[in-house]
Parts: sequence; C-alpha cells; structure tokens
Amino acid sequence: MGKYLVKSLLQMIPVLLLISLIVFILVRVTGDPVALMLPESATEADRATLTRELGLDLPLYQQYGIFLTNAIQGDFGTSFRYGESALPLVLERLPASFELAFAAMALAVVIAIPLGIWSAVKRNTFIDVFISGISVLGKAMPNFWMGIMLILLFSVMLGWFPVSGRGGLTHLILPAITLGVSLAAQMTRLIRSNMLEILNQDYIRTARSKGIFEMFVIGKHAFRNGLIPVVTIMSLQFTSLIGGTLITETVFAWPGLGQLLVSAVNTHDMAIVQAAVFVIAIFVILMNILTDLVYRLLDPRIKYS
Amino acid sequence: MATSTESGAGTLPVPPNKRTEARGLKKGLRQLLRSKTGTLGAVIVLIVCLIAIFAPLLATHDPNAVAPIDRLKPPAWLEGGSGDYLLGTDNLGRDIWSRIVYGSQVSLIVGIGAVLVSGAIGAVLGVTAAYYGRWVDAVIMRLADSLLAIPTILLMLVVLAVVGPGMWTLIFVIGATNWVSYARVVRGEVLSLKERDFVKSARMIGARSGRIIFRHILPNVMSSFIVLSGMNVATTIIMEASLSFLGLGITTPDVSWGGMLSDGRQYVATSWWVATFPGMAITITVLGVIFLGDWLRDVLDPRMKLKNG
Repeated sequence: MGKYLVKSLLQMIPVLLLISLIVFILVRVTGDPVALMLPESATEADRATLTRELGLDLPLYQQYGIFLTNAIQGDFGTSFRYGESALPLVLERLPASFELAFAAMALAVVIAIPLGIWSAVKRNTFIDVFISGISVLGKAMPNFWMGIMLILLFSVMLGWFPVSGRGGLTHLILPAITLGVSLAAQMTRLIRSNMLEILNQDYIRTARSKGIFEMFVIGKHAFRNGLIPVVTIMSLQFTSLIGGTLITETVFAWPGLGQLLVSAVNTHDMAIVQAAVFVIAIFVILMNILTDLVYRLLDPRIKYS
Repeated sequence: MATSTESGAGTLPVPPNKRTEARGLKKGLRQLLRSKTGTLGAVIVLIVCLIAIFAPLLATHDPNAVAPIDRLKPPAWLEGGSGDYLLGTDNLGRDIWSRIVYGSQVSLIVGIGAVLVSGAIGAVLGVTAAYYGRWVDAVIMRLADSLLAIPTILLMLVVLAVVGPGMWTLIFVIGATNWVSYARVVRGEVLSLKERDFVKSARMIGARSGRIIFRHILPNVMSSFIVLSGMNVATTIIMEASLSFLGLGITTPDVSWGGMLSDGRQYVATSWWVATFPGMAITITVLGVIFLGDWLRDVLDPRMKLKNG
C-alpha cells in the first residue's frame, strides 16, 4: 500500500506540470500583465522598468522556469485587487467552500441512496418511473436557476431563510439544497442501475430462495456490495461538485473559493486565478487518490498494482 | 451498428449497407412513436428548433430594444401587465418573450456547435490513438487523463478569462475541453474493429490507411458517436447557460438564457418573472434533449439499455 501511495503521488507530477504549462501559456502569452498592472497614465519608461522587474524580457522558457520555481514555493504573485499575496487569499476561502460542498454531498447521499435502492427494488413500477422522472428533472434544471427559485420561494415569499451570505445553519440550507439536489439526481440513477445489476446476481437469488426476509436480502446482501460503486460515483461527481460550487456560491454570494475565482476571472486578477486553479487541481488529484484507497478498503479483491 | 458490421464480416469489404440503414431508420421511427418520453423529447426539440429558425417572425420586439419607461413590467395576465409584453419586461424594459425566442438560437448553436467541435477533435484523436498505437496512443491517452483530472469548468474559466467572452469563443472552448469522452469511446471501438475480418481483408488487398479509416472504420463508430453526442448536447446547453450566468459566456447583442437569469437574479424579490421564464426555457429544452438522447441510445446501442434496466 505504501508503494501504491508513493506511485500515485508521483503520478501527480506530470498532471500538475501540464496544468502549470496551460496556465502559464494562457496568462503570459495572450495577456499583457504590464498593461494590466499599470495605470493608464504610465510612461514608456515605467513600462520598461516593470517589464524588467517582472522578468518579462527574458526568453519564454526562462520565464516558465521562474514561474514554476515560484509556484512550487507557493508564490503566485500579488493580487492587484487586494494588494496581497494570492495564495493566502485563496486558502482563507477554503473553509467556506468545504462547508458548502460537504453539506451538499451529505444531503445528496441521504437523498440518493434510499431513492436509488427503492427505485431498483420497485423496478418498472409507478414508484420507479416517478423517481426516475424527478431525477431527470433534477438533471435538466440548471442549479443556478433552482437556487434563484428557492430564494424566491423560501426567502422572498416565505421569509424562512436569508437571501445570501454565510452565517449559521439558516444560511447554509438553501445553497446546500441547490447543490445537493443536482448531485443527488445523477447519483440516484447510478445507484439504481448498480443495484439492478446486483439484484440479478446468483447469490441474491440464493439468499431469496433460502427464505431470508426481503428487507434483509436488500439491506445486508445487496446494499453492502452496492456501496462500492457509490464510492466511485462520489469520486466521479467530485468534479461536478467543484463546478456546482462555483455557480452556487455566485448565486448565494457565499464567500468561498468559487466566488473568489469567478470575480477574479471577471476582473482579470490573474494571480488569484493561477493560485485558485492550482489549489483546486491539487485537491482534485488528492481526492482521486483517496477514493481509490477507500475503494480498495471496501473491496479487498482489488490489488494495489 | 450490429447489422452493418455483420454484413461486412462475411464478404469482402462492404461499407454499411444503405438498405439496412433505411430499414433501421424506419424501425427507429416506429420505436420513437412507441416510446412516450422519446416522442415528447422529439416534439420539444422540434419546437425549440422551429422557434430558433422563425425567431424574427415570433419575436414581438427587438430583443435588445431598451425601454426605460416600461422597465420591470409584469407578464400580460397579471395586474399592471400589458398585452404588448407577453412575459413582461426586464430591468431595462426589454421584452422577455422576444429575448427568450432569440436566446433559443444561441442555446442551439452553442449546444450543437460545441458538440461538433469536441466530436471532431475526439474522433480524430481517438482514431489516431487506436490506429497507430504505441507512443502516439500513449501520448494522446495521457493527455486525455490529465484533462480529466481538471474540472472542465475550471479550464474554461481560465481560457475565457484570457480570451474574453463571446459566442464563437465559447463554442471553441467548450469543444476543446470536452473531447475526452469521444476520444475514449472511439478509441475503444476502433481497437476492436481493427481486428475484425472486414478491416483485415481490406488491408490485405492493399487499401490505404485513409481509405480503411474513412470507408470501413468511421461508419461503424457512428452509432456510439451519435449516442454520446445526444447526451453531450444537453450538458453543453447547461454549460453555456452557466458560463453566461457567470458573465463569461455570451455578450450583447447575442441573447443567452443564462445571461437573462443573471440579470433577473437581482430583481427576484420584486419581479419574479425576469428570472423565472428563461430558467423554464432552459429546463424544458434540456429535458427534451435528454429524452431524445435516451431514445437514441436505446435504439442505436441496445447494450446500454440492458445495462440501465
């Protein structure tokens, strides 16, 4: 297992290099950082000084080397909007994003597991069709629209929850539902098809023919094996979770990483964009490794190779 | 797909038979009418396409005409509404119905355009990887793996931050970041087709690589390709709306449903209609595409249907 862990951590390196290259090319080659950082009244001499200070007069490969060395040390430059180093600004937004993502994921699991199982057990009945219909609707509805409709209904009309911002539990409920429901929609369908596959297997038929209670067959025999795909599903959804967080945070003015990134993109605050992209990419890769480990713990048949 | 490969396997290289294709189409149409959701999906998609095509006839106003006196007018059937503005007006007094009508054009153009771009990139890379193998395969598939490790929306944000918004940029950016699923599916199909007798015999009689790929391999990959595209159009329409909502997608004079939602968000407390109708338009359109896509999958790829119960 130690060997496996080292190997997967080493595999992060080429992916991160690729990301760094993409970010570097996009930012350095197509944009003009000097023009962005200086006021419009700047003279030609000011421009030349800043170009030299930023190392922009060096050949591209040297610039990339410097960019990479700085990035490894956590230095992505200074945000011109906040006048502070970019990385700490990004990191201080993480707890808010984690809070939202965790709440949404938990909600999605609580909704999707029972609905997915129920739908599979009652296959092709009214219940199945109904649940499938709801999950298709959840997939088709853009989550920013659902967020706005939830605000309209529960904040504006009923006045139960605050419209936006982060605070106690009341602030968390609407954003978590917005993000959680769209995750649950995909998850329900996947759990249903996994359960269907398991319910068709010989050992389930054997358990049933032994006269074991149906509840027990489903709960103990089928569901335990059904858990393995759930972990995979959660890891697959991780990227949609990040995308969804970006949008949900914008709808609810939730002070997380997503909102910071979107506003940085809109204002061309490239230092923040770079730092945020790196933090998210590292996080995604680490999560993938983690789910792989959980997967292996749940199913001992998988070898660390 | 199964029928065309079988017809090619027995004899010498035979491209997909036109007759079996026509029969398949007829059978498919009958199947479409039998599937309730499939029919519903087809009807919705057809209506949206017609609205997009006849937008100039259906719109009652110029979608970008600003009328400050008429700002935030409620829909016609509510108190204070006027028959002039069927679904009301937004914060600048623009007619919501006309904007939704024109927005359908953007949704469809971006949805289909981006899928064509990503399909083309994915098909070329997938065929190249599978057909030439070795290091070519390794390089392409590692690139695909790396792209999968980055959430697509993140990649798009970075690109759009630098390049700036716009419809054609959006089509290209969504297309260029979404090709991985195509490349994987096409590569897998080609790998298995490559070993089939009809491809081997084509090679034996001296057909060139280009001919084998275009005449014998690509037609057989088509059905997986179409199935994948159906699903991708739905996600692309949502993606466009999301990016436009974030202010990074479509810009004036083009109208996007996502952009309309972003305008309406600020007025949700007083004028619910500004954000409600464009969201309904997105949901209904995407629902139609999903239903039609599911039906396509059931018809073209029966294996998937079995798997999904």
